[in-house]
Amino acid sequence: MVVDDPAFWRAGAISTIAVMSVVLIMLTIDSLAAISPGGSHVPPYTVINQHIDYKFDSNRGFDVPVISGAEPLFGKSLDEATAAALIDRGKMVIQSRACIDCHTFFGNGAYYAPDLTKAWLDPDWEGWQAVTGTDTREAAMVKFLMDPEQYRTWTRAMPNLGVSEEEAQSLVAYLKWMAAVDTNGFPPNFNQIEKRQ
Amino acid sequence: MYRSQTLALKYFSAAITLFGVMTITGLISAYYYLNPDFLLGILPFNIAKILHINTLVMWLLMGFMGSIYWFLPAELGRETAGIWAAEILFYVFCAAVAVVAVVFIFIQYGGSNEAALWFINQGRKYVEAPRWAALGIVVIMVVFAYNVIGTAIAARKTTGIITVLMIDLIPLILLYLIAFPAISNMSADLFWWWWLVHLWVEATWEVLIGCIMALALMQLLGTSRRIVETWLYIEVALVLGTGILGLGHHYFWIGTPNYWLTIGGFFSALEPLPLLGMVVHAVYDAGAQHMKTTNRPAFYWMMAEAFGNFIGAGVWGFMITLPQINLYAHGTQWTVSHGHFAFWGAYSCGVISVLYLVLQKTRNLAFVDGPLWKWSFAALNLGLVGMTGALLVSGFVQAFVERAIGGSTLNAFISGQENAWFVDGMVARFLLALVFTAGYVVLVWDVLTLGRRAPAVAAVAPAQ
Ligand code: HEC
Ligand code: HEM
Ligand code: HEM
Ligand SMILES: [Fe+2]
Repeated sequence: MVVDDPAFWRAGAISTIAVMSVVLIMLTIDSLAAISPGGSHVPPYTVINQHIDYKFDSNRGFDVPVISGAEPLFGKSLDEATAAALIDRGKMVIQSRACIDCHTFFGNGAYYAPDLTKAWLDPDWEGWQAVTGTDTREAAMVKFLMDPEQYRTWTRAMPNLGVSEEEAQSLVAYLKWMAAVDTNGFPPNFNQIEKRQ
Repeated sequence: MYRSQTLALKYFSAAITLFGVMTITGLISAYYYLNPDFLLGILPFNIAKILHINTLVMWLLMGFMGSIYWFLPAELGRETAGIWAAEILFYVFCAAVAVVAVVFIFIQYGGSNEAALWFINQGRKYVEAPRWAALGIVVIMVVFAYNVIGTAIAARKTTGIITVLMIDLIPLILLYLIAFPAISNMSADLFWWWWLVHLWVEATWEVLIGCIMALALMQLLGTSRRIVETWLYIEVALVLGTGILGLGHHYFWIGTPNYWLTIGGFFSALEPLPLLGMVVHAVYDAGAQHMKTTNRPAFYWMMAEAFGNFIGAGVWGFMITLPQINLYAHGTQWTVSHGHFAFWGAYSCGVISVLYLVLQKTRNLAFVDGPLWKWSFAALNLGLVGMTGALLVSGFVQAFVERAIGGSTLNAFISGQENAWFVDGMVARFLLALVFTAGYVVLVWDVLTLGRRAPAVAAVAPAQ
């Protein structure tokens, strides 16, 4: 009987693997285009010069990032190369300090600390602005990232990771850019600053 | 005994040692949830957890390599080719793991520059080890692949199982190269990172453990080669047929296009099927041999592997794999519940099973049994499944309170973590982890003394 024959299943395995691999490669090529900065799902790094919001889109049925108007980070509008350099730096800080082994990015990482996907839009920065005595969100974020233990909000503190001011600024740029990535509605119902007002 | 088999024993000793380090660092990570100021500033949560999950990957890899070095010479009827290189690399491997661990514990971080990634910490989950060490692992795995392929060439023969193994090692090693780049764009970084993580645990590793269990099954139950190989091919076809595109279940929310919701949801939902098939296979073979075996621990651990793989990976994975549910379960303790059950069931139980088979031969035992393995089997499995249950409770609460209601802000996160049910889940997880740890201690004790406690073994032997 053919189903008892290992050769039959061996042929089946080889052909299934071949078909699936080809499909995966095709989808990968398409996805890489969509997720490159400036692609259909991921904004260019210069998005940090703009205002970012996260709003319900009734066509797609979930929240999507809405990018509008100028809102330069730290008051300076950056050209493409400078913005890219800042983002590169931010990623290096993220990797060197292993942020992802406490936090999640797009929900991936560790679950000891809050998800950072939309951290740029977190309403809590208003409170931190008051505590750190700063008048912008980005300034409050820099202060917090440089000395998180001092500004802890609850029992579980983020440790001091020796982040310099320059490094903290690159992190803020990174978080702002990330908030503008189209994540198919994750996290759902994010209660961002704008929604409260 | 072949030199390859002596090397296998060394690999098993190293694996079981790292299993211990993994357990201790897991306990530390878990304790952080109960007392967040614990070791803060000395060994922060992320470093403890890095040690936990990296030693996990390393001890399983060592267990797999030990298993293959054990079975290969007997399967192909000759000493493993290039065994001298493998013998040297074993010590290099152990030294590298020790150096990386010391650097993680005492240095922890570098600055935001390439040197930090080369020498201290790469900061990408599961593959945090600095690049120099990752390079070493590539060398070790390439030599390992050479050992297998070279032996087949020198022996001028191969078997179905060894052929599958040889082919499987190629993508397995190539995927590990994803441990090196530092891509700035988080979407692209995670895209490739999931190739590594998913296509390891749900594709290439699944095939590798399939080969190992096939070899073990023939030795343990004397199942015929034809049956074992037929099942292996079926399993490879179904695991890869569903698992390759099942990769899409990690591409729902990382910035990737929405067709992945359909493709990932559909194919990954089918992934449990081959795992169920393996349970049927194992139970069928056990029945066919009337459960007669001369090595009860190996037999029970093999059954635990079949069921654990199906329930932990298949059922627990299925729970969170549809996008409608994953939207809320994603990145919560629910994921941790699945991750523990799956790794334990699919891989750890298999490695322990082979370890007992190896010990039976090296200690020259006609029968392997006794009270100790039963205690460790019970404590390890009850501890782990209990932890999984506790994590599931915490995970439900987190999905509901933080994700669904709260909308995943810092405040929502805190209300989830402070919810009484969540906290109870974390306490229960820790207590059950202590049961697990006790099981580990008994396992080590049993493994060290097996066959040297002659009366205990002899006393049960006549039952066979
Ligand atoms: C040892 C664990 C740990 C590490 C490592 C860590 N964090 Fe945190 N992080 C926390 C905790 C805990 C909180 C909550 C702190 C609080 O509320 O006081 C937090 C809070 C934050 C917040 C505020 C989130 C919000 O939505 O308001 C940001 C932003 C942040 N961390 C960024 C980072 C970055 C960037 C890194 C890496 C450079 C990092 N963290 C590394 C534990 C960690
Ligand atoms: C003493 C027993 C153990 C304890 C206390 C423990 C504890 C932990 C903790 C606290 C985490 C971090 C989760 C988070 O980010 O919140 C973790 C992660 C992990 N552990 Fe364990 N663990 C134990 C045993 C094991 C075993 C036996 C395995 C595998 C066989 C394992 C595999 C993993 C994996 C894969 C992760 C990453 C999971 C994820 O992030 O989703 N652990 N563990
Ligand atoms: C041996 C097989 C498997 C192992 C070892 C395993 C292990 C893991 C681990 C450790 C994670 C957490 C990854 C991380 O973020 O760090 C994970 C995530 C996941 N697994 Fe598995 N898994 C296996 C099989 C499966 C199967 C068969 C399914 C589906 C039916 C599945 C579905 C998922 C899903 C959906 C996630 C993402 C969870 C999230 O969104 O946070 N897994 N798995
Ligand atoms: Fe997966």
